[in-house]
Order: sequence, then C-alpha cells, then structure tokens
Amino acid sequence: MTTSHALAPSTGTGRSPIASLVRQREVPVASALVVLVVVTTIANPLFVSSQGVKDLMLNATITVIMAVGLGTVIITNNIDLSVGSILGLVAFGTGSVFAAAPDIPIVLVFLIGLALGALLGAINGFLVTVARVPSLVITLGMLYIYRGVNNAWAGGQQYFAGDRPAAFGRLSVDTVLGVPVITVIAIVVVVLVAVFLARTRPGRDLYAIGSDDEAARLFGIPVSRRVLTAFVLNGTLTGLAGVLYASRFNSVGATTGTGLELDIVAAAVVGGIAIFGGSGSVVGAAIGAVLLTTITSSLTALNVDKFWQQAIVGVLILTAILVERIASIRKARRLRTSEATNA
Amino acid sequence: MPEQTTTPSAATSGVGPRRASSATGAVDADHRDAGRVDPESASERRLRRRRRLTGRGAIMVYALLGTLIVCSLTVPRFASVQTTGFLLLDAIPILMIAMPMALVIITGEIDLSVASTAGLTSAAMGVLWAAGWGIPEIFVVCVLIGVACGALNGMLVTTVGLPSLAVTIGTLALYRGLALVVIGDNAVADFPPALTSFFTSKIGATGIPTAMIGVAVIVVFFGVLLHLSSFGRTLPAIGFSREAASFVGVHVGRAKFWMFVSTGVVSALVGIYWTLRYSSARSDNATGIELAVIAAVLLGGVSIFGGRGSIPGVVAGVLIISSVSYALRLGGISDVVLNVVTGLLLVGSVVTPSLIAVIGAKRRSRRSAREVLAASETAAA
Amino acid sequence: MMFTTSTKRGARRALATAAALAGVALVASGCALTAGSGDDDSSSGSGSDGAQSIAFVPKQLNNPYTDVVLGGGEDASSAIGYDYSVVGPLEASASSQVTFINTLTQQGADVIVIAANDPDAVGPALQEARDGGAKIVAFDSDTNPDYRDVFISQVEAKDVALIQIRQMSEQIGGEGDIAILSATANATNQNEWIKYIEEEVDTNPDYAGINIVSKVYGDDDDAKSFQEAQGLLQANPDLKGIISPTTVGIAATARYLSTSEYKGKVALTGLGLPNEMREFVKDGTVTAFALWDPAQLGYVAAYAGQALVDGTITGAEGDTFEAGDLGERTVGADGIVIVGPPTEFDADNIDDYDF
Repeated sequence: MTTSHALAPSTGTGRSPIASLVRQREVPVASALVVLVVVTTIANPLFVSSQGVKDLMLNATITVIMAVGLGTVIITNNIDLSVGSILGLVAFGTGSVFAAAPDIPIVLVFLIGLALGALLGAINGFLVTVARVPSLVITLGMLYIYRGVNNAWAGGQQYFAGDRPAAFGRLSVDTVLGVPVITVIAIVVVVLVAVFLARTRPGRDLYAIGSDDEAARLFGIPVSRRVLTAFVLNGTLTGLAGVLYASRFNSVGATTGTGLELDIVAAAVVGGIAIFGGSGSVVGAAIGAVLLTTITSSLTALNVDKFWQQAIVGVLILTAILVERIASIRKARRLRTSEATNA
Repeated sequence: MPEQTTTPSAATSGVGPRRASSATGAVDADHRDAGRVDPESASERRLRRRRRLTGRGAIMVYALLGTLIVCSLTVPRFASVQTTGFLLLDAIPILMIAMPMALVIITGEIDLSVASTAGLTSAAMGVLWAAGWGIPEIFVVCVLIGVACGALNGMLVTTVGLPSLAVTIGTLALYRGLALVVIGDNAVADFPPALTSFFTSKIGATGIPTAMIGVAVIVVFFGVLLHLSSFGRTLPAIGFSREAASFVGVHVGRAKFWMFVSTGVVSALVGIYWTLRYSSARSDNATGIELAVIAAVLLGGVSIFGGRGSIPGVVAGVLIISSVSYALRLGGISDVVLNVVTGLLLVGSVVTPSLIAVIGAKRRSRRSAREVLAASETAAA
Repeated sequence: MMFTTSTKRGARRALATAAALAGVALVASGCALTAGSGDDDSSSGSGSDGAQSIAFVPKQLNNPYTDVVLGGGEDASSAIGYDYSVVGPLEASASSQVTFINTLTQQGADVIVIAANDPDAVGPALQEARDGGAKIVAFDSDTNPDYRDVFISQVEAKDVALIQIRQMSEQIGGEGDIAILSATANATNQNEWIKYIEEEVDTNPDYAGINIVSKVYGDDDDAKSFQEAQGLLQANPDLKGIISPTTVGIAATARYLSTSEYKGKVALTGLGLPNEMREFVKDGTVTAFALWDPAQLGYVAAYAGQALVDGTITGAEGDTFEAGDLGERTVGADGIVIVGPPTEFDADNIDDYDF
C-alpha cells in the first residue's frame, strides 16, 4: 500500500532551493576555505597578490589530483595507502626517462607516467578484488614494497630540474588566463571525474558499492570490475600527479612522496568524503585539498608560529568528520520521516 | 548525489559494517565461543586445545622459530647475546603498543594516533624536565597525557559515534601538532644518566634488556585480559557483530572506550621509554611507528575485520619483523630490502589464507552443486 | 554439505602452516643469498682476517652530497687497506642511526665514522661501541664531544659563515632585510654557522645596514624547503636576500625564485652543489655561492680513523697525522680537524666542477 519513494531523490516539499543548496556536502569545506582566505588577506594583503594566488594554486595542484583519485577509491569503501610510494616511483621514472632520452616529446612522458601509475594501481586493485583482502592491509603492504622498489631503483641517484627540458619545467610557470597550466590540468581532472561519478552508470555504481557491496552485487553490479576500475583510476591520477611533481619541484629521488598518503586521506576526509564510502564528492575532496595546502601558506603569511599548523590540521579533520556525521544523521532522519509521511 | 544513511559499526576501511556472509571464508569456529556463558562441552575443549596448536597464532609462533633458526644459520654473529639485547631494545616500542592495538583491532576499530601520543609524551617530558620538575611527577603527567589522548579518541568513537579510522587520522595530526607546540624544534637531552643507562642495561649475562621485565608484565596483562578473562572474551564478540554482542548484554561502548584509553596509556609509556632510551626528547620521536605496529599486528594473525586474533600470535608477529630487520642490518643489507620484505610478509600473510579460503569455497560450492544434481537425479529416477 | 568437517579444516590449517613456513624460509634464504654476497663487502671483525674495518654512518642514505663524501671515504679506505662499508637509515631522524651503530658494535667494527642527525641521541650507542674497542670519528655534523674521538669539519665553521654573509652583502648592496633557510632545527653544523652569521651581522660595522628578519627550516626536504621559501617572501615582502646553508634548501629556493616574479630581485646564496646549482647560475637566479670539496671530507675522515687505530693520535689538541695525498692535518681544540678552506662558485668557474 505504501508508495515507495526510496529511489527518488528527496526533494522535500516546500524546501527552498537555497536551503537545499546550502545543505550540499561541499558547503562546509568551501566556506572554511573562503573564511581562511578572507581572514588571511585582511592580515596580509600580499596573500592574494598575483604571485601569491599563483603559488596557492600551484601548491594545491598535486594534492588536488591525488585527493580526487583517492576519494574515488574511498567512495567504494576501500582505501589506498600506497599513493605516496606510487607518486615517488612515477616522479623518479619521469626524471629517468628525461635523463635517458632528453628529446622525448613531453606528451609521451605524460603517457608513460599515466601508464605506470595505472599499472601500480591495477596491482593494488587485483589484490583487493581477486584475493578478496581488505584494502587497508594490502595497500599498507604495497606502500612498503613500492617504496623499497623506488629505493632499489634510485639508490642515491637524484634528478634535478636542470636534467629536464625547460619546456617541461615551464608547465609549472606559464599561465593560461592567469591560471598555471598544471592547475588547469587539475581542474579538468576534477570536472571529468566528478561528471563520471555523478552522471555515468559505472560512476554511480561506485557509490552503491560503497554503501553496501552485498546489495550491489545482488543488484547485478559487477562489483569486482568496478572496484578494480576505481583503483586503476586512482593509480592513473597519482601517476599524473607524479609527472607534474617532476615538473614543479627540483629533485626527484628515492624518498620522493614519502608520507604523503595520510595528507591525501586527510584532504579527502576534510572534503566531506565519508571514510566508509557511499557518500561525498570529489569536488569536495578537491576543495579539501586546497584548504589543507592553503593553511600552510596562510599560517606562514600570518606569521603564526608554524608549529601550530599540524595541530590546526588535526582539529580541522575532526571537525570535518563531525560535520559529515551530523549531516548524514539528519539526512537519515529526514528520509525516514519523509517515508512515513508519504506512506 | 547518492547518500549514505546506515550507521556502520566496524571501523576499518575495506569492509565497513561487518557482512555475515563475507566471502573470505575466514569465519570459523573461533567465533563460536565468543561471549558464551554456558560451560564448554568436552568436544569444544578438545577443539580449543587443537586450535591452540594449529590456529593462526600458533602458526606465527612456529614461523618465528623458523625465522630465528634460519637467521642464526645464515647471518654471522646473529646467534649471540648481543643480538638479543639490541634486537629487543629496538622491538620494545612496537611490542608494547601492539598489545592494546591488537585488542582495539579485535573489537573492530583501529588507532593510528599511537605514535603521536608517544611523541606528545616525549615532548612533555622534555619541557617539564627542562623546567626542573622531578622524575616521578613527570611520569605521572605523562601517563595522564596518555589517558587524556586515549579518552578523547574513545569518546569521539563511542559517544559521538565517529569512525575510528578517520578520528585517529585527525588525532594523529592533532597530537603530533601539540607535541610541536609544546617543545618546538628543540631537543632536551640532559636526562639523568642513571635513568637512561637503566633503560639500555641488560639483565646479567642473558643480554635481555632490563626494561623487558616491564614489557613482559604488559604482554602478560593483555594476554590474560584477552584470553582468560570474561571481559576479554567479549572483545572478539564485539568485533564480529556489535549488535549481537549488545543483545547478549555486553556494554560495547564502554569496552571500546577503555580499549582506546589503554592504547593511549601504553603509547605514553612508550614515549617515556623512547625518550630515556635515546636520552633525547624531541617532537618527532616515534614518528611513523603506527604503521609498523599495525603491520606486525596483522602479521600476527589479528583479522582487520575484527573478531579474531591472539596475543601470542601478535608477539610472534612483532618479533618476526624485528628479527628479520635486525638480521638484514647485521648482514649489511640495505633497508631497501627490509621494506620490500616487510611489505611482502604483510601482503603474503593476508593473501595466502584468503586465497586458500576462496579456492576452498569455490571447490565446496562446485562439490555441493554436483551433490545436489546427483540427489535430484536419484530423486527423479 | 554446509560445514566442513574438522579434519578438513585441520588439513587446511596444516597447509597454511606449511605455506607460511615455506614463505618465511624463502624470504630468509633470499636474505641469506644476499647476505652471502653482502658479507664480502661488509665489515668483519678486527684481526679475524687481518683487515681492519671502517664503517661510515651518514645522516641518511641516498643523499647526493653524502654520496660524494662517501666516495672520498671509500678511496681513502682502499688506499689504507681497510674494509669499507656504509650503513645508514633511509630517513634522517634522531634515533634512526642507533640500530646501525648497534650492529656495527656487534660486528666489531674498528672505526665508526658518523654524521649525527642529533648530537645526543646516538650517544649511548656510540659509548657502547667504544667499550667494544671502536674508534669514533664524527664528520660533517658533530655529536656531543663526549662520544667521539675527533670531529672532522670540512671548513672552519666561522669561515663558512663569513663567506656567506660577505657574498650576500655584496649582492644586496650592503643593506636590507635578509632571511635564513636552514635544514633541521637541531643540526649541529647548521646552528653553528647561523650563530656565526648572526654574530657577524651584529658586530661588523660593514653589515650594520643588514637585518636578519627570519629563520625557517626546510628539514632538508625539497618540497618543504620550497614552501618555506614561498612563505618567507609572502611574510616579508621587502626581503632582499636569502641565505641557505644547505644544499637541499638552496636548490629548492633557487627553483622557486627562478619560476616566480622574484627572480633576479631577491638574492640567494649559501652552500650548494655545483651540479645542482649550475642551471640557476646560468639563468641568473643565483650569482655566487660556496661549498668545499665534499670528497675531501670523507678522505680525511678515513685517514683520521686509521691514525686513531694506530695510536698516532688520540684526539688531543696538537696531535698531527698524515691524510694521504692531502698532507698533514692537525687536531685543534675540542678534537676538531679542519679539512681545508671553502670554495666559492660563480658563473666563471662553475663548469670546472663535477659534483
């Protein structure tokens, strides 16, 4: 007798569009970012000078790309702790490729980096889906293994900016309409992945898998294939980040990327992605990444003791999880009551 | 955007809420006794005895013995009293934290903030010592810091209901950040030599560090707690199915809260040990050991899903990793190999039983399908 | 049927046990194979096969500057006839070197040459090594003097500071705000140089117009130093120059400056590796910087170790010893041995060097 509205999006009778806009998951983290920038600019106007803004965008680029990739994996209720090691391998690989073949077309180097990242992501994905092992454990082990491979391959060898073509390095300097080229790449990535997750069948399936993978399997979703896709996507994006790292920074070697993984997870969590999957958006993860990288620069610009920085990041993460939890509880309550009233 | 509305109970990514029909096949008779109050039947006792010798924990102990034998034979000078001392001194922090961490993971949660708690404690020690406080007072403050850190984690996870993976990533940053705020970039190094040499001293001619006595007390305490006390038997139940455990009358929230407090306290003790062993209080002390602890705990047979694990297995896991690292270093092999070996051990230890279970399940389902087919044929005939 | 019998489960367990043991045995035998080959280069006990052993423990492995130093050490060691080995952590943290010192103690190394991440954290381990008969030579970054026999310093610490502030003053016209971008806050050598720079700025009338406004730490990490450089320029818009007495820091800062609007406007000097800095000297970001020949550092350290073992020196002030091709060296106050004067690099001579 009850009309089931379970599958229809909850519009809610009489709710203004403004209210539903405000309730979007990305709002808390975006407003935090806005507040941070405004406060810092008031204290130090140099923060939004053209160089300052360029620096902010450049700093955030690599973290944004990685957060988008890792966010996709987290949405499926998995995690990939090996992203730092993957970045290191691809960055060093990029340096090696340029050192071995200095005239190689830059596009080809990008493709090599993406392919290497995809391969490493696929290994993780296979282990998680075929061997049915929890991703936390697998990717923790792969973190060690990939780092060991990086150390064995690189040894004491480091490649510096001078070993790479100037045109490659200029990707991090030149701008398009005031936005650095590599940041444009990052924005394109965010848009593409966001559209993939929200508008395509395989993308939406990822949310279903994250919510309840047994139900998804019963529903007919090819869970293993989708999860593998998510890991490969994450690996590819991390590979892209690795190539851009080699463009932006000076040296690539054995220790590149060590310790990045928890920063990226933090960015995704702060951006509203639930650690259990099933909700959140990569746009939020991207904003979370921007927020965390901006805090570093903001504290320096404010001359705040840099020692407070990590503590502030910790508080931000806890706040973000709290906000996400409150939001999901209220959503659950609203869905329950809307079902009851519609029954 | 699709929204999540269920409230997950288990904390570790990769599973989320525990699925009773988990296809790993890892669900076995270990769970049957969890939380039961009726006396065991003779067959159950027999089963438990057999499991003690062939369960995952026991396997790791055999593996440890095997590792020690192989290392003694292949790496010169490994089989010596000096090795025992140095190896154990390095292993103590990981061994200590692995004890409460195993219990936390068994209840289905995780705690990534342990290294930061140790670092915060170390920073506090340095600052208070430089300010002239006495050692006993400093110890008390450090333990209280551990309690506070653990209690904050526990409260956020149990009372507020946040996922422990995310919470402890946040507190990992927060506590390490507080350590930086407390002591900054300074290092305090002038601790009383009597105290610092105590922590590096050994018992007589055995080579075992004197500090191992305290560590042994901690290991025995957690071992008895998990395996022999009635409270301890509720922990795997909580990890296996939180709802079922609370239906049976287990106070899930309280149990988890105290588990987090215990990781906090033991991390504080590790902070004290670290500071005095190296005679150096710094904000970056003990950075990164949370991953080593988790790797050792998982290697020791504790399931990341929660609900399963044994203390002897975890002790063996810690000692295996410590022995292999020390053996490699003694043999002059670069840490590069050590990284790869640790990773392979971890991946292999989880993939192998899982693959065996998956293959076994496939074979079982094929066999039962054949049996059903045969039965229907005879019925039709 | 639904439940397997316990014997089947037992069989599966036995299989798992065997697999685990086999896995461990495989891994361990893999180690044994590499240990077998590693044994040829790793240090053996003194006297057992006649050759003395010398082991270098740098701040961390896989660091290009360190690799040059170690190269010099290896050359000297083979000239002397000692067994040479390098052990060290992959990450430069205060306590990570201790376990390696312990293994060296156990192996009975005759000389341990160490660049300390933290002057005190390695103390108790070094003391134990000494009790076992090892001689301790510190190089590059000193330990607490109680724990070592001599300290090999690449240059007079004060000279390094004087050169850097002079170069900076020349480049900014003798007055303005400057900042310092260092490595880790505890590094002994860094703090010494910074101390002398600050003293010089305070006391020398030539530098009266110069103001040190900030000190930041890049922890010898490329990305972190990069961001610290950004922060410096944002927080101090009138900054005229940055001194970075660390090769990682100066390279990262140079990269930032050369890709930003500050290129050519903010002076940069410090200690850098010619190979790393060549590009920035050529494109005008950096005018001049300094260093020394790192290989000589390792070279002298090895000879100092030999002198200690032979009893030629004890680390007391006034002792002298022969440092191979480099001639005689004297032990100064506090057991410090100076290798030589620093070298200044600029566009004219940078192509002459390859390290």
